[in-house]
Amino acid sequence: MNRSVDPKKVNSELFTLTYGALVVQLLNDLESVEEVNKQLDRMGYNIGVRLVEDFIARTSADKCYDLRETADKIQAGFRLYLGVSPSVGGWGPAGDEFSLTLDSNPLAEFVELPETCSNMRYSAILPGIVRGACEMVHLEVTSWFVQDQLRGDPVTELRVKFVKRLEDSVPPGED
Amino acid sequence: MTIYSIYVLSKAGGLIFNCDQNIPKIELEKTFSYPLPYKLVFENNRIVVSFGQRDGIKVGHSLLAINGIAVTGKQLDDGRDALKVLEDPEQYPISLKFGWPRLSTNEKIFLASMFYPLFAIASQLSPEPRSSGIEVLETSSYRLHCYQTLTGVKFLAVVDPRQTGVDALLRRLHELYADFALKNPFYSLEMPIRCELFDTHVRSALEQAERLGVANV
Repeated sequence: MNRSVDPKKVNSELFTLTYGALVVQLLNDLESVEEVNKQLDRMGYNIGVRLVEDFIARTSADKCYDLRETADKIQAGFRLYLGVSPSVGGWGPAGDEFSLTLDSNPLAEFVELPETCSNMRYSAILPGIVRGACEMVHLEVTSWFVQDQLRGDPVTELRVKFVKRLEDSVPPGED
Repeated sequence: MTIYSIYVLSKAGGLIFNCDQNIPKIELEKTFSYPLPYKLVFENNRIVVSFGQRDGIKVGHSLLAINGIAVTGKQLDDGRDALKVLEDPEQYPISLKFGWPRLSTNEKIFLASMFYPLFAIASQLSPEPRSSGIEVLETSSYRLHCYQTLTGVKFLAVVDPRQTGVDALLRRLHELYADFALKNPFYSLEMPIRCELFDTHVRSALEQAERLGVANV
């Protein structure tokens, strides 16, 4: 069985609905939109630190020595796990930040935010995943949404900013 | 073609998984009369043959049992001191079982954490910049392959020197680790892997690699 040839495909609607149930449950339990945002980000982080291993194993990805390579890898990750291909752009002048722009967000396909949740970061799990995954390959990044279709923006835009290289976690023989 | 054993080392160098596959079992049982033709010494918590090599029992073999009673360290399982029993002429003729000592779990953990600095030293000794650590270590009786992932987890395979396709096997193990250890919500990172699904899949991957290794020759 080779996973790269035969991925276990699952209907994306099942995933979308499961994620929706998770968000609503969190909102019921925590009763604060801010808390929900934080919790989703934390969950994303925990998923990211595990998911990155699967990504490396499946794509036999090489090490990145430049943020542009990292951006390509993250883009490939979106393709692999969400079936969407975000465009990479909006590079900062120092080349240390970029945006991933999604025309449609698979997580929020059937969602309309109610008035009471106007400051909810519905897809906050995604920046968490990006942060967790990068941390495991020795890159500290911050990631946040600058545009969100759910809040009336034309596209969904995820910003990723390089903070530093985690030198102390680089295993010997890797550099 | 044989794969002897598999070790998985965490990012911090701890042993998080190991599995022994067909390590040859050497055990010889013989009856002796007084005096014994071997010099026995007690070292590393084992009674070991230090001199006198005959009848298939070699220097380095350790004493496993006396008259069918197992020996642990210096002691027989019935509480007697094994060396005293061997010195007593009245106990003869006596049946002794010798064998090649297996590594205990503690020794495996110890050796695994020893590999970590060796790997690091190897990459620093390198005359070329940006060298990897040890990828293959070769001896007369086995080869050790090491594959380090980008996240720092190491997969080691101890195999017969003629075994082929070990790199593919290690990559397969990485996939299995990503699937059955990391996707298991009850597995905490950096901790020993006690997942039955992972175990069974690793074993079937090993069997497959051994079969293919034969076919490739």
